[in-house]
Amino acid sequence: MSNTERLRELAISDAGFVFDPLTGHTYNVNGTALAVLRSLKEGATPEAVIAALHEQFETEPEDDIARDVYELVGRLREHGLVK
Amino acid sequence: MKPRYERPVIVRHQVGSISKFGSRPSIRVYDKFEGVPIADLVSAYGSPLILFSERLLRERMRELRDQMATRIPRFTIGWSYKTNYLGAVCRVLHQEGAWAEVVSGLEMQMALRLGMPGHQILFNGPAKTDAELEMAFTKGAHVQMDHMDEVALVEKVAERMGIRPKVGIRVNMTELPTQSWDRFGFNLENGSALEAARRIVRRGVLEIDTLHIHVGTFVQDADAYRLAAKGIANLAKQLRDESNVSIDTIDMGGGFASRNTLQSQYLPGEQATPSFSQYVEKIAAGLDEAYGGAEWPRIVLETGRAIVDDSGILVASVVGNKRLTDGRRAVIIDAGVNLLPTAWWYRHDVFPAQDVHGTAEPTVFVGPLCMNIDVVRDRILFPALKAGDRVVVGRIGAYNVTQWMQFITARPNVVMVGLDGNHAIIRRAETVETLVQQEEMPAWL
Ligand SMILES: Cc1ncc(COP(=O)(O)O)c(C=O)c1O
Repeated sequence: MSNTERLRELAISDAGFVFDPLTGHTYNVNGTALAVLRSLKEGATPEAVIAALHEQFETEPEDDIARDVYELVGRLREHGLVK
Repeated sequence: MKPRYERPVIVRHQVGSISKFGSRPSIRVYDKFEGVPIADLVSAYGSPLILFSERLLRERMRELRDQMATRIPRFTIGWSYKTNYLGAVCRVLHQEGAWAEVVSGLEMQMALRLGMPGHQILFNGPAKTDAELEMAFTKGAHVQMDHMDEVALVEKVAERMGIRPKVGIRVNMTELPTQSWDRFGFNLENGSALEAARRIVRRGVLEIDTLHIHVGTFVQDADAYRLAAKGIANLAKQLRDESNVSIDTIDMGGGFASRNTLQSQYLPGEQATPSFSQYVEKIAAGLDEAYGGAEWPRIVLETGRAIVDDSGILVASVVGNKRLTDGRRAVIIDAGVNLLPTAWWYRHDVFPAQDVHGTAEPTVFVGPLCMNIDVVRDRILFPALKAGDRVVVGRIGAYNVTQWMQFITARPNVVMVGLDGNHAIIRRAETVETLVQQEEMPAWL
């Protein structure tokens, strides 16, 4: 199963509530993480997500955004949501 | 307004996560101390910074005094020096009527330097020296003895000085709903306390007028005080009946829990800790059971942490963030367990000292020491912080400024904020000079 297929299985609410039917685990994500999850689900690469976030929040240094996004991807991996 | 960037966060729901991370995420912004902006105090005195509130010190002492006054006809509160012997803190408490309770010659000298008259000094502790005892008797301090060898030493010093001082003995009890502190004093249940008192009476060198018990520290079951008061009072009655000894004073020691939360505790201390009135009520109940309507002895309290814990905070600055392999966010701050040894006991409250935004996630606050043990607070839900942000660690007034250690970094300024928002250093930050001035370099090096 690819990462996008795995992520498509998740039920993600607009309020940031995430349900994983595979494990039964539930999560809360904040607005930024919600946007990242949705982009990854659509097949975007982390690099593309970083660029998009930087465009949206110009004042935030791209390096910081990159660090945060890679860290989030790391957490998704720990939770078994991506490989 | 443009939306603000917030670091992406995912938090997995876990059964029991409420208790695991504390039932109340501390997201209250703590940006003022006694009305003074913390940012101003840090600009003036640096970070980290330890702050004491004169008002809270006075209020807690008055609250205890008022509660005692409602139930106990004659009482004295002795300030436990080891809990916090910064001169300014002790002076405030002495101004509120507290005597000094000391457990070493060093602490006795501190009390004398602050102008305490000898007769308002209670001298406890298991290791008093000949010279310290002589100083105590010269100044008129009240000595409370811990073991038989000490009784013999005290008798020797008294005979040498040609005096017959009034003294006390420390008693311990094992049958109390708290961890037994039976390494101090003479045991009640097995008859050692009675034996010790009889011996002192037989020898006649000393006059025993006080029985002292300190049941433990952070005693959460207030009923321990009823049982202890009754046990000690019954011993006093027995001594009166069989030897005509008049016990004028029962010293109930310290041990009331503060509103901190122990590492092992489920409910937060704010909910679980008995109030002063509940403790005092129990002491009165125990005396009532033993004496009924007859006259009660004077009661001494040596309350430490429950008076000062609330009055002190530690302000620290964020140095950086990292993610631990178990997913927790680690926040490195510039103050560690070298300044806050109570972090090993308590789940201290931690608050942001400026506005924060973002989702709270499981966080561990670690200090600046290059040591794995340097954890200031584990498992607290906390919003994102960035380098330079400040945090406040609450309720640090007891035992930290006495048990802190000079290790790796120097100790920072300690400041008191007064009743009018005035503030001043009460202990200067250490520098490398402070440390090396105690050293000597042997001539051959
Ligand atoms: C003899 C004695 N009195 C008073 C205290 C103060 O105790 P606390 O801070 O628990 O009130 C102690 C502390 O251990 C003590 O040993």
